[in-house]
Amino acid sequence: MRQSFFWSGNLALAEGALEAGLTFYAGYPITPSSDLMEHISRELPKRGGVFIQGEDEIASINMVIGASIGGAKAMTATSGPGFSLMQEALGMAIMLEVPLVVVDVMRLGPSTGQATKSGQGDVMQARWGRHGDQTLVVLAASSPQNAFYRIIEAFNIGEELRTPVVLLIDELTAHLWETVTIDRSKIKIKNRRYGRPGEPFFDSSDLRIAPPMPKLGEGYNVLFTTSTHDGFGIRKTQDPEVHKKLATRLKMKIWGNVDQIFRYNLCPNNQEDFDILIVSYCSTARAAKEAAELLNKNGIKAAALELETLWPVDYNKLGEYVNSSSVTLVPEMNLGQLIYDVKMVAKNTEVIGYEKIGGGIPIYPNELINLAREVLKR
Amino acid sequence: MKHPLVKYLREELLPTVFCPGCGIGIVMKTLFTAFDELNIYPLDKYVFVSGIGCSAWMPSPYIKADTIHTLHGRAIPVATGLKLSRPELEVVVVGGDGDIAGIGGNHLIHAARRNMDIMTIMINNQVYGMTGGQLAPTTPQGFRTPTTPYGNIEYPLDTCQLVAAAGANYVARWTVTHFKQLKESFKKALKKEGFRFIEIVAQCTSRVTNRMKVSPGEYMKSLLQKSIPIEKVNNVGDNRDRIIVGEYVDLNKKGYLELLKEVYKIA
Repeated sequence: MRQSFFWSGNLALAEGALEAGLTFYAGYPITPSSDLMEHISRELPKRGGVFIQGEDEIASINMVIGASIGGAKAMTATSGPGFSLMQEALGMAIMLEVPLVVVDVMRLGPSTGQATKSGQGDVMQARWGRHGDQTLVVLAASSPQNAFYRIIEAFNIGEELRTPVVLLIDELTAHLWETVTIDRSKIKIKNRRYGRPGEPFFDSSDLRIAPPMPKLGEGYNVLFTTSTHDGFGIRKTQDPEVHKKLATRLKMKIWGNVDQIFRYNLCPNNQEDFDILIVSYCSTARAAKEAAELLNKNGIKAAALELETLWPVDYNKLGEYVNSSSVTLVPEMNLGQLIYDVKMVAKNTEVIGYEKIGGGIPIYPNELINLAREVLKR
Repeated sequence: MKHPLVKYLREELLPTVFCPGCGIGIVMKTLFTAFDELNIYPLDKYVFVSGIGCSAWMPSPYIKADTIHTLHGRAIPVATGLKLSRPELEVVVVGGDGDIAGIGGNHLIHAARRNMDIMTIMINNQVYGMTGGQLAPTTPQGFRTPTTPYGNIEYPLDTCQLVAAAGANYVARWTVTHFKQLKESFKKALKKEGFRFIEIVAQCTSRVTNRMKVSPGEYMKSLLQKSIPIEKVNNVGDNRDRIIVGEYVDLNKKGYLELLKEVYKIA
């Protein structure tokens, strides 16, 4: 049955999380994510879940980790400065293989920056914010409609791969109110896979398959440790092979599933080669889509490639599209982050960045149209 | 014949890494005796959460129960999340003074304020033992450490006073020489709800006693001599050079989970 709601991006994320089966939320107020938390503080107790406001973002993410180890579907939401504070704990969640979701409502940094204004500067922090060899999953949402579905996907990936998943949305989309249409009969929810005692909870013969989670309180005497550990959770801080095996597996369980995790939208999708391809994510993807449609009406073969997954990136796929175009534009509300990926895969094709920061002013379709026309004139 | 308390240990991982003469072993034995006298075995419904530091190694990997070894300072919030998601489990945090009162100090205050239903054991050796014996927030004035080569000028933190003021249900301090009193405190705390905090002043043999050129035994004797029962103390501030031992508070306020139930009635 299809139902329609009038939701903001943040509200859609909160509702999507509840739909995915959220049972625990810990968070700390920060603009522009607080309204998401406020909504969950009202709704979660009605469904028997636990909401708690942490003393800071460090406490909040660590509470989320503790709750998830206990078996909860757990999340937090924050913004730039809070997201920075959470990085160490995200590294722990990667090492302990704890499913959880962190929503980062991107605002304009660095530091306190323009705290109420939109930005897209956290792409690299989301991918690389932790020390050491580490990998997690980063998804992106560009509308309340896809925010609802992307966060369900975030929980599903988290449970399937026993990994933290970061969902990036920018302030523009978080506070954009739109109609969201959902069809509950088509939503698939993945739940926790538990193992049995004696099974290795921290190893898997198939690098693409995450081991099952141990259940606490069952007499398994489970060892979770942030130090390098073998398949049974026993600390091995001297053995080079154990470390190499663990770190490689943690990376490969994500990258080995890149074809499943990497999602994108091509619009329009009826062409094989383009004069102009616009690669973008979050709110900018909306402008890119409109620009591509208008350019096509004016006889220019243009397409917008929206990345709904920002990490891991299927570079073969991205390369196919980028190299099918004479020119690729990469508009971002930062001083250039995703553009490095596009430049890396581009062969004999021009890649042009379009950077716009300050005041939270969106990138408008006409800016991209003008840029495309200018570039094609050359 | 095996020691009767070995049943609480992951025997296959023995011997422990602790230095000879370390106070952690005494705390471990005292805790196990408390469990044994309460007839709690096996520890299936207990989860031990620890951070980083020597004391964090007491449960992880040695205690035969579910154990979670987390980040430096963050054991309390992880324990909080776990307790809230699995209220039927008993969650115990074990850590040192640097872990619990230093880097994790803010979490300690707020867990006490919330009267969160977890028990926290803080083994206070007054230095950062694992990293080489540097200054801790609990280091006495005048102490020479690798980072206070001219003697520590800072006033030490009275963690028990802090946690009591923040609102915990139960707060007690003993030294490793107070075996019976400590055991009784463990037994009492294990049966209570809300936030329970027990500090044990202990010796660090590798970083303190050997540098002072005293034996662990002599140092322990000095801990006992410095101790003064809280009942004999009129003004805590006047006894900075003493170790105030005893129960700071023993209350029966509702714990966090009990309070949370009120929310579900109206939500």
